[in-house]
Amino acid sequence: MAEIHLIGRAASPGLAIGPVTMLTAAVARRAASDDPAQEAAALRAAIEGARAEIAEQIKAIQGEVADILEFQVAMLEDDALAVAAYEVISVGITADRAWRLALDVEIAGYRAAEDEYFRARAADIVDIRDRVLAHLCGVDTVARIIGGSIVAADDITPSAFLAADWSHGGAIALAAGSPSSHVAMLARARGTPMVVGLGPLAWNGQPPALALVDGDAGSVIFDPEPETRRLFEQRMVAANAALAAAEAASLAPAHTADGRRIAVLLNIAAPEDLASLDPAICDGIGLVRTEFLFEASHGLPDEDTQYAIYRRILEWAQGRPVTIRTLDAGGDKPIAGLTVDGESNPFLGLRGIRLSLARPEVFRVQLRALARAAVHGVLKVMLPMIAIPSELDRAGVMLDAEVAALKAKGIACARPPLGIMIEVPAAALCAEDFGAAFYSIGSNDLTQYTMAAARDIGAVADLNDAGNPAVLALIVRTVEAARKRSVEVSLCGDAAADIRLTTALLATGLRTLSVAPLTVARLKTAIAKVGS
Amino acid sequence: MHDVNPGRAADAFVPLTASAVLVNAVGLHARPSVKLTQCAKRFAAKIELALAPDGPWTDAKSPVKVMRVKAPQGATLHFRVTGPDGEAALAAMLALVHDGFGEA
Repeated sequence: MAEIHLIGRAASPGLAIGPVTMLTAAVARRAASDDPAQEAAALRAAIEGARAEIAEQIKAIQGEVADILEFQVAMLEDDALAVAAYEVISVGITADRAWRLALDVEIAGYRAAEDEYFRARAADIVDIRDRVLAHLCGVDTVARIIGGSIVAADDITPSAFLAADWSHGGAIALAAGSPSSHVAMLARARGTPMVVGLGPLAWNGQPPALALVDGDAGSVIFDPEPETRRLFEQRMVAANAALAAAEAASLAPAHTADGRRIAVLLNIAAPEDLASLDPAICDGIGLVRTEFLFEASHGLPDEDTQYAIYRRILEWAQGRPVTIRTLDAGGDKPIAGLTVDGESNPFLGLRGIRLSLARPEVFRVQLRALARAAVHGVLKVMLPMIAIPSELDRAGVMLDAEVAALKAKGIACARPPLGIMIEVPAAALCAEDFGAAFYSIGSNDLTQYTMAAARDIGAVADLNDAGNPAVLALIVRTVEAARKRSVEVSLCGDAAADIRLTTALLATGLRTLSVAPLTVARLKTAIAKVGS
Repeated sequence: MHDVNPGRAADAFVPLTASAVLVNAVGLHARPSVKLTQCAKRFAAKIELALAPDGPWTDAKSPVKVMRVKAPQGATLHFRVTGPDGEAALAAMLALVHDGFGEA
């Protein structure tokens, strides 16, 4: 049999070879009643069963997969999803047919969307449809995939992907599908190659036994000739070697082409961001946002809760420095019961350190938790939105008082060095006047306050440019102040991860950049090219 | 806070409106829709959203209906809020959108 070449679109990179598993939709039969009330009750029970099943799965996982399943739970909990189904049940249609009719209308609505991302949600609704049908019919309709195989199908649901074991290789080749689908996101996260949009998978007689999937080029070869297969396997060996080299490079310290050592730190918004990360990819954590602790649903967190989380982050860092920012609420981050509602201009209002000093009873709890955590690693504490030296001084007095009180009670603690965010132009211009243990430049707010332009207002977004000479001049001034005072300075805003700005930022004299974990490898690659 | 009788119907309140641009990468998609509806449900006020200042209005507490809006990145999201905790609800909705649903 001649080999079959199909060209589609790359959805997840990588090369794979394996036996082909064809996925076909399972058809389940169900004995329906002719009583609409019974049918409606059966559908209600099936929806609840599907919802409970997914909610149970979520308990064991976190991150992106949990988000995808939480979306399905939210849809199933919403009565609006089944309204049309209940309507046709009341006129005598069986529960399974009614559900299928209603969901197929919903699915068609997504498939007709202009935006590719919304078209890709069709697979999620198919998943929801099939899960409920499985509960209605009392059978398992989620297709089983054998580990290491190349799955060939029209499309594939997140449930089918999650039910399979991808740890032994394997890949996905779809006639339809989308690079924006949840399965594509999952495949990229797990390193499973995936190609979509191959067109109809029609075979003359026998389905193919073996396939080569090229998730970089977006192509698939079914039943390859021996020579084709040999060349493909050679490419796989070379690609695996290159991948190992790139991974090793992201674990190595960053140097510019002319030999300057640049420290790369992480910005994190929650301790979960560190799950499955190797601390060796960074020189420490440059920014831990603590707003997540104060989300409205949880209320204000007590000292022990905060202490436990700070300690966990310090222990993850294994002796690398960790900079935790005290609560930066207000502005675009309101917190119920804490921030002030109805300010005419919240970005120029009671936010950051201003709010903490105005609500000392909340601030003192955080300072105590930080002082207690400080004995578990190298902790630095950073104050947001500092404009004048007395704000730092007042926070320092409060920290000293809390440390003294803890010591008096015999509770283990240490006084972490207190540094400031440089994000208000006034602080950048007079950085030398602050008795700060370190400076951390918050380029997002520094840019918006310097340029008087918000980045989420489309009409002025192009003015919100961290590379503007005025913003760079303030960064230079801060770096200069740090040099004169012999204290550390870093930059932790989005500009640090913008590799178009890397050369300009390093030219200011900065030697420490702090970025989101996902952008570390890209930043290190960009740093290696600076000065070449 | 407002000096109101909580038993009064939502329509006894003047509707509050405001708008914000969707800045997160792929618009009001699955995860943001879930976040937005979860946040909306914390308020007693009736909360609706639309892609145009004059509607059509969609119940911001229903993820199924919010997803049907298919609001892409760069779209302006209009909110109309009616109820006793309307101001806080509106502020929370706008903050969520401004913040890119925490995905920026």
